[in-house]
Amino acid sequence: MLKITLDKISELLSEINKTHCVYAPVERSGEVCFDKWSEGEKVRLDVLKTSKSAKGVFFPQTEDIARFRSKGKELEISQAKTEGGPFVIFGVRACDVKSFEILDSVFLSDPVDSFYKARRENALIVAIACSKPEETCFCKTFSIDPAGPSGDVEGYTANGALYFEPRTEKGKNFCASIARLLEEGDEGAVRAEKEKIRGIMADLPFSSLTTKGWGKDEGNRKFNSEKWKELSDACIGCGACTFTCPTCQCYDVRDFDNGREVIRYRCWDSCMYNDFTMMAHGTPRKTRVERFRQRFMHKLCYHPENHGGVFSCVGCGRCIEKCPMSINIVKVMRAIGGEEI
Amino acid sequence: MQKMIDEIKEKCAALIKNGEASRVIGWEKGELPYDRTPAVFDGEKAVGRLLYDAFCGANISKYLIAASKTGGKVIALLKPCDTYSLNQLLTENRVDRSGVYALGVGCSGMVDVEKIRDKGIKGIKDIEEIDGKLSIKTLYGDRTCDKSEVLLEKCLSCKGEKFAVSDDSVALLEGETAPSPSDRFSAVSRIEKMSPKERFEFWRGELSRCIRCNACRNACPACSCMTCVFDNARSGVSSKASPDAFEENMFHIIRAFHVAGRCTDCGECSRVCPQRIPLHLLNRKFIKDINEFYGEYQAGEQPYQRGPLVDYNVSDRDPGQV
Repeated sequence: MLKITLDKISELLSEINKTHCVYAPVERSGEVCFDKWSEGEKVRLDVLKTSKSAKGVFFPQTEDIARFRSKGKELEISQAKTEGGPFVIFGVRACDVKSFEILDSVFLSDPVDSFYKARRENALIVAIACSKPEETCFCKTFSIDPAGPSGDVEGYTANGALYFEPRTEKGKNFCASIARLLEEGDEGAVRAEKEKIRGIMADLPFSSLTTKGWGKDEGNRKFNSEKWKELSDACIGCGACTFTCPTCQCYDVRDFDNGREVIRYRCWDSCMYNDFTMMAHGTPRKTRVERFRQRFMHKLCYHPENHGGVFSCVGCGRCIEKCPMSINIVKVMRAIGGEEI
Repeated sequence: MQKMIDEIKEKCAALIKNGEASRVIGWEKGELPYDRTPAVFDGEKAVGRLLYDAFCGANISKYLIAASKTGGKVIALLKPCDTYSLNQLLTENRVDRSGVYALGVGCSGMVDVEKIRDKGIKGIKDIEEIDGKLSIKTLYGDRTCDKSEVLLEKCLSCKGEKFAVSDDSVALLEGETAPSPSDRFSAVSRIEKMSPKERFEFWRGELSRCIRCNACRNACPACSCMTCVFDNARSGVSSKASPDAFEENMFHIIRAFHVAGRCTDCGECSRVCPQRIPLHLLNRKFIKDINEFYGEYQAGEQPYQRGPLVDYNVSDRDPGQV
């Protein structure tokens, strides 16, 4: 077990930054989100739910695919290259670490997404346990342990220090590269911290929430529930839930004409939008109720059906905090999950 | 507060019972002590689930565009500031007045839970409002804070206790008052004083956080187009993120232009923004300019009034004159 006192975090990031790009929960005009850290920027390791999740590091909100430019009668096409070298993503919570696995099951299955794959291979994940879980957290429902966040290096904050435990070969090499700044830490402190976290988890308002009634074999029954209408009544059809969600992975491919060239790019898309999966014949989900249902069915039935029973929600609780009208997945799970249809 | 809720419920139940209305649109309890979801309560019995407290910040007037046209009358619970939005929607013929029974509900300011979290009060298990103070039970001990310190941004420039439109109302309890408003243009003035470069950087910084979720547009009562230009695939602009960040920032500027003169300053844009971008400042710049160019004007104050940007009189300021 290795450790560094919390007042030396900036020094540590500077050290890592000499060889690697660092992504961390940085504070920008009062808001904290995962972004590229630059020297002097404030990192907030006390913030659990960054306003944007860490998924953007691997699956950015927009990404160029190709550029088209006409020169006389010639059409010049340049394909975007997979960018960058190895980087460190620092301070990821257990829920967001789990979200990477869910994104992997989509982007790394055939056909493999080369942009995503390159970033995943280049990344080293320094995860941090959640010292102070919040009332909107329900990762436990999906068997995620905030006291064991996984990653290449697992971190714990206790007694004013950050403790490190490498978990992979990559993690070991990383710890060796920053050994100059680390000192030997006491395992007892980490054990106590883990116990403390698990105790708090049992006390959370959603600690009794289960996935009962949801899963791969529930699709047809849940699809026909009469409660979707009432649950979706207040939904204003914005994409706040989808875009702050660490596992929502739908995207659109569009062309942008800037007058000089056409940029083909992809951007996050939301099943809440009325042009989602728009085809020549129109959209398959014409009403708000159908679009609303799609999001929850995807997370709680379709994804488990297509990916070995794994739910595509990690219980981070961002949608609970961010929905303008206070609708969220917990409400849906409880309202429809338990009912017999 | 319980007395107020009881009175609201009584009035709603009586209106449904005597056939004047069939349902209510208000707020219901959510999963946590502070989340309140707008909901329709259909019939006398459902009214029992209705709730009203310091967490009902959502402005439900926009739901009336659809709810006023589904047959029968819907009772809309509207805080004083929400009634300005209803008036504006009536002016624009978006809400059918004959389908709405506007029940004004007094308001002493609504709480922004994010501001409570900003104070380091996290893991909220319970919140109780007692005499202007919030008593908060958390996973990490009991805390208190003044309600006035954690009000929604919109409440800091409260329009007062007057209902711009209402068929009946439930007043605040004795001793309770609307929050005293501060100068709502002070932040705009500060931005006006910046150099063009500083101002550009300020907005680029704020708008760089935008995720194009469209929550601002979808919650805005003034954004009531049947199909928004950004949702029109043939328009060349998109409701999703663009590869050109500047293009993306333009979305907010275009939206602010489009609601200029019609925005009642209800503050929903900033309340709903998941990235906490102070979008209301764009609208307030327009309001400030309109006030200075054409005289004080409050959109939604009167029903069916002609706003300065859609009206003309000879004393109007020359548009070219700055």
